[in-house]
Order: sequence, then C-alpha cells, then structure tokens
Amino acid sequence: MAEVKPRIRLDKKEVRKGETVDVKTLVSHVMETGLRKDANGKVIARMIINTFRCELNGKLVFGCDLESAVSANPYFEFKFKPTESGVLKFTWIDDDGARVEATETITVT
Amino acid sequence: MPRRLNRREALTAGAAAFAAGLGSAPGPARALNDYADQIKKFTGGKTPVEGRVRLELPELAENGNTVPLSVAVDGAAGDGAHVQEILVVAPENPNARVIRFRFSTLSMPEASTRIRLAATQDVIAVAKLSDGTFFSASRQIKVTIGGCGG
Repeated sequence: MAEVKPRIRLDKKEVRKGETVDVKTLVSHVMETGLRKDANGKVIARMIINTFRCELNGKLVFGCDLESAVSANPYFEFKFKPTESGVLKFTWIDDDGARVEATETITVT
Repeated sequence: MPRRLNRREALTAGAAAFAAGLGSAPGPARALNDYADQIKKFTGGKTPVEGRVRLELPELAENGNTVPLSVAVDGAAGDGAHVQEILVVAPENPNARVIRFRFSTLSMPEASTRIRLAATQDVIAVAKLSDGTFFSASRQIKVTIGGCGG
C-alpha cells in the first residue's frame, strides 16, 4: 500500500465522562474486488483492506471485517463513550498485510 | 370452416397454456450467492428475530459503486445486553458478505459506511447481542448501475 494519510475526524477531543464521541474515518484505497478484468481479459487480483480497528489504550472500541463489497476509499462512522483519557489508535490492514496507522489523543474529564 | 372454440374450451386451453408457462418460468428469485449460509454461520444456526435493527439505505442508488449504508440497533444499550457484531449481506452480489462490524462495551450500536451493490436487492443486516440473541432487518434497494465490476 502506498503511503497514505488517513483522514480522521472526532467531533470532540475533550469529553466529560458519559459523553458520546462521533468518529469519522476515511482512508484512500482502491479496494480492488478481484472480479474485474483488465483489457486483455485477465482477472485483476483482489486487493482490499480487510480489517479496520479502533482501540483506546489498547482496548478495542470498534472494528470491522471488510469484504470486496465495501466501496473504494473505505469510510466509517461510529460513536463511542470513552471511559478514560488516552490514545485512540486506528489501524487499517490490507490483503498484502500493509498497514495504515494513525492516532488521536482524547481527554476525559 | 373450422369450428370456433366455445367458451369452456377456450378457458381450459388458456389455463393449460398458463400452467405450462408457469412451469418454465424461473421460479422465485434465486440468489446468486450463499447469503443464507453466511447468516447461519454467523448465528450458529439460530434464526434471527426480525426487528430492533434499523438498516438505512437509499431507496434508489443510481451508482451501485458507493451506496451509503447505516445500521443501528434500538434499545440495546439499556437492557444489559450489548451489541457485539452486525453482519451485512447482499443476496444479489457476487459475494454475499458485505461487512461485519465489531462493537465493544464502549461503542454505541451504530455504524455507517459505503458499500457496493451489483443489482436491485434486499440487503440484510443481522445483529448479535452479548446475551446470544440475534436480530435482523432487511431493506430493498433499487440499483440502476451495478457496482461490482465484472
């Protein structure tokens, strides 16, 4: 996977305990389905991001297993209630095992 | 001059022709893939109860390449059991599985993404709760131009 910078947006980075944080993420990736053929009729090999994870201090907050039916440049939106301050780590892994990683810090008061 | 059919003969002939036509018609819509098996695998053989899951898709997608999809489970936060996973399947896609969301005790039981749909179909979402129950919802979406390559 080429060097990609994912886009991550949290609606707030400082929250009171019990408040919900809305997370939107976008990463660029072709998400080649493995069903298309090139000009010579040869099948183009599948190459998709198959795993996404978001962890807070190492604990899973939200994740998903992607299939070829997820659109190119996978976008996710989810919500969570952080119980502690710390580092939110986002990881995308594709069929080659290439990873895209990003972090955000979040403060809970 | 050939005798004209009387009313009874005409009706019988018509019914026979209709029955013959039915026989060769391609039955109820056959799915392209193993979506039912995928759901069974996900639920461990249980039949999910319809309801509680909200699956949102546009009614019509002009471009099947990027269709916004949202799923949420109602009333899951309050009653002790939380939503662990949601599986989305598309019966008319080349591969049934679309995405499998994994939730935690921190996350709210809702998520959005964008998906590819090959044809008009009923997309199905199945939610797995921590108490071992399963709920499902389906939603029909019309797709003008399929988006799975081929």
